[in-house]
Amino acid sequence: MLNAIAASNLVKTFGATRALDHFDLAVEAGEVHGFLGPNGAGKSTTIRILLGLLRCDDGDVSLFGGDPWRDAVALHRRLAYVPDDVRLWENLSGGEVIDLLGRLRGGLDARRRAELIERYQLDPTKKCGIYSKGNRQKVALVAAFASDVELYIMDEPTGGLDPLMVSVFRDCVREARAAGRTVLLSSHVFADVEALCDRISIIRDGRNVESGALSDLRHLARTAITVETERPLTGLESLPGVRIIALDRQRAELQVQPDELDRVLRHLTGFGVRALTSAPPSLEEMFMRHYDTSGEASANAARAPQDEAVAG
Amino acid sequence: MTAFTGTLPLVRVALRRDRIQLGLWVLALAGLMTMSANGFVGLYDTQQKLEETVAILAENPVMRAMGLASGANVGALVMLRALPIVAILATLMSAMAVVRHTRQNEETRRAELIGSAVVGRHAALGAALILVAGANIVLALLVAGGLMLNGLGVQGALAAGAAVGATGISFAGVAAVTVQVSERSRGATGLAAIAVGGAFLLSAAGNVLGSASPSGFVVHSAWPAWLSPIGWAQQMRPFGGDHWWVLGLFAVWSAATVVIAFALERRRDLGRGMVPERRGPARAPNALLSPLGLAWRLHRGVLLAWAVGVTVFGATFGAVSGAYEDIIAENPDAAEVFARVGGTEEPTEAFLATIIGLMATVIAAYTVPALLRLRAEEADGLLEPLLATSVGRASWMLSHVTVVVLGTVVLLLLTGVSTGLLAGLAADDVTGLLRSLTAAALVQTSAVLLLGGVVLAAFGLAPRFAGPIAWAAFAVALVAGPMVGGLVDLPRAVLDLSPFTHVPVIPAEPFEAAPVAVLLAVAVLLGAAGLVAFRRRDLVLQAGEGGPHPFALRGLRRPPGEGVAEPLPGA
Ligand SMILES: Nc1ncnc2c1ncn2[C@@H]1O[C@H](COP(=O)(O)OP(=O)(O)O)[C@@H](O)[C@H]1O
Ligand SMILES: [Mg+2]
Repeated sequence: MLNAIAASNLVKTFGATRALDHFDLAVEAGEVHGFLGPNGAGKSTTIRILLGLLRCDDGDVSLFGGDPWRDAVALHRRLAYVPDDVRLWENLSGGEVIDLLGRLRGGLDARRRAELIERYQLDPTKKCGIYSKGNRQKVALVAAFASDVELYIMDEPTGGLDPLMVSVFRDCVREARAAGRTVLLSSHVFADVEALCDRISIIRDGRNVESGALSDLRHLARTAITVETERPLTGLESLPGVRIIALDRQRAELQVQPDELDRVLRHLTGFGVRALTSAPPSLEEMFMRHYDTSGEASANAARAPQDEAVAG
Repeated sequence: MTAFTGTLPLVRVALRRDRIQLGLWVLALAGLMTMSANGFVGLYDTQQKLEETVAILAENPVMRAMGLASGANVGALVMLRALPIVAILATLMSAMAVVRHTRQNEETRRAELIGSAVVGRHAALGAALILVAGANIVLALLVAGGLMLNGLGVQGALAAGAAVGATGISFAGVAAVTVQVSERSRGATGLAAIAVGGAFLLSAAGNVLGSASPSGFVVHSAWPAWLSPIGWAQQMRPFGGDHWWVLGLFAVWSAATVVIAFALERRRDLGRGMVPERRGPARAPNALLSPLGLAWRLHRGVLLAWAVGVTVFGATFGAVSGAYEDIIAENPDAAEVFARVGGTEEPTEAFLATIIGLMATVIAAYTVPALLRLRAEEADGLLEPLLATSVGRASWMLSHVTVVVLGTVVLLLLTGVSTGLLAGLAADDVTGLLRSLTAAALVQTSAVLLLGGVVLAAFGLAPRFAGPIAWAAFAVALVAGPMVGGLVDLPRAVLDLSPFTHVPVIPAEPFEAAPVAVLLAVAVLLGAAGLVAFRRRDLVLQAGEGGPHPFALRGLRRPPGEGVAEPLPGA
């Protein structure tokens, strides 16, 4: 299938900081692509390179088959961008900004504009200087979704939205996909990505650590198991595909690779299972796995406290 | 937890964040005072020269507006010429810093983050005031030190430092109030700037309406000067009596403004000002929907205010030019001052040429910040979504440049026309003066635009330093120009640094195309260099200043030992 976005081997450094380190990204036309990574991973940098706002030091990047740096003006007619932390001109009203961005992108659908303002419960007569972060984000979202474009590039678009608005946003993305549009959705909110995306790419420290269809990646993720046994547990360390989160003689918390599940359960029953809970792998866990430096079952496991790993 | 919990940690954060900007301000102001003192000490080496000059400046009502004569000694002369400008700059430094650390913080939502941690309601404002008061105390000491270095008396030097620092602190108080009143940082800064302007006008009016003492070396100001902190700074009369008791007025003023500010802050919600913002239209007018339309919309308010200002100013000076001849006739020394700047012995012409030159320098203070808006839009993250539409970099930049260049030309035109018209009416020679003064003003465009070219080049080539570079160029143009450098006999090589030195002084001199063409050509080259560089470089967002890089938050949450890069300095 034709790639709307294709980037390979991207390198970008800011002074001593290497923001992107041989990063690859491919987004197929017509898909909703989740772009996941902790803060500082390089998501916004990648997006700015895709938009021709930054120039990469090395690597190849193409947008609709064109060069985003050289052909920026022509390519931008075909896309809408919602930046991370939207900033707007203080003394323009929200409605004026929507019209402005729409026109500069090549035109707005007036009916769709009115409908979106209604759905996002936006007051378009307020000056942008007094909008909250969430309201500024809504202005950018309305301007984007009211534009008739092939590609939406959105950098953490749900950051300032309340849950009700997040669901409106999800509907908009689904409508866009139904209409055959492509969406690149950068986020560290797993729920959004899980709910919306066909494929995801996970970035960490500027490197691509995983990418593929959501269903395939779920397959790779570990199932969380908590077990209590009659006799003290032994020999867990020598089992392949097991990560020990906590072990206290007769009680263990484990993360198990799907393909090792059977062998591990057999091993556990040997100690007389008294209680057992298991949870399906969530995207969140996959994400944490990549966020943890080791990424392997090892003594390092304890180094990635869960709340910090997901904090964004 | 009290309303002030967390103030001291916030002072530390603010100091870290602002140490460079505030530090540069303080050094520049102290340096300005020290350099002025140095110039005057060298120049006025005999008592006779001193007495002549002070007598002119005390006698002449127009000159009195610019400073208060307090005696025929070098220190008092330095105060007369330099104290008002340094004090005014200190008020701007203080007001802007207070806004930066309160209103602007809220706008960038940093305050909400801080507000949810362990800080009280008044902590942010308290921290801002402590920081700014500290900066002013350092400034006061440096000013005093700089004056002493020039061999001026210790008492007077300390009084001068105190006058500058106290004026700065009193306007930190004013800004503390304006940030409560206005919803937005730009509005709060604007209100504070209006207060500064009003305070200066009161002090100037008080001095103009005052009377010279029998000795002719001391002016006793009329009451309006006593209504303004900028007036008080002059009434402290450093090197002319050192009236320390005036500090009491500053203390009362500062305390009152701060108390009012905290009282207002108790009454308002976070992020909401007291004057509600006007609403705007729900749909954009067609005129807005292009890069040029947007640029016009962003610049028009400021431009309009300037247009009114220069017209009133020009008309006023044009109107008094008739009476000026009589004053000059009795005061040959003052005539000499104008003859030097105005380039002719003919008093009215010299006076008018001086005014036009002065106004051109002042109008550069419109052009430079208006072009720096390019950098502000980029750094604040406003440019990013715009360039992600089909707007190209060149078309965006040239839209702003077009509006500002035309705006500059219009301001100079209005200056020439208003001055020429009123001077013409006064002298019964409307066609002649209208023509010559309009020409005089328009040729100055070349010098102002050269400064504009420097701003554009800095924006393209060194975006992070565009502001400091632009203002440094403005300062050089001002100090080495005919208004300042020409009066204090700076060496020719230094004078040549200012574009204003090279503009033909019409009507005293004939129009000469060559220097004007050279100035314009250099301006265009600089601007083109800026454009080319901008089209080739990365967008540079102002990391850590509320832009899309909330490093502070990131830094808090990043697990230790992770290989993610360090936040930028100043983040
Ligand atoms: N203009 C810049 N100057 C210096 N460092 C930057 C700049 N922009 C981004 N970085 C650094 O690059 C890395 C990636 O940042 P970013 O792309 O914003 O991450 P994300 O969007 O995933 O949170 C971070 O370490 C950040 O500090
Ligand atoms: Mg980001």
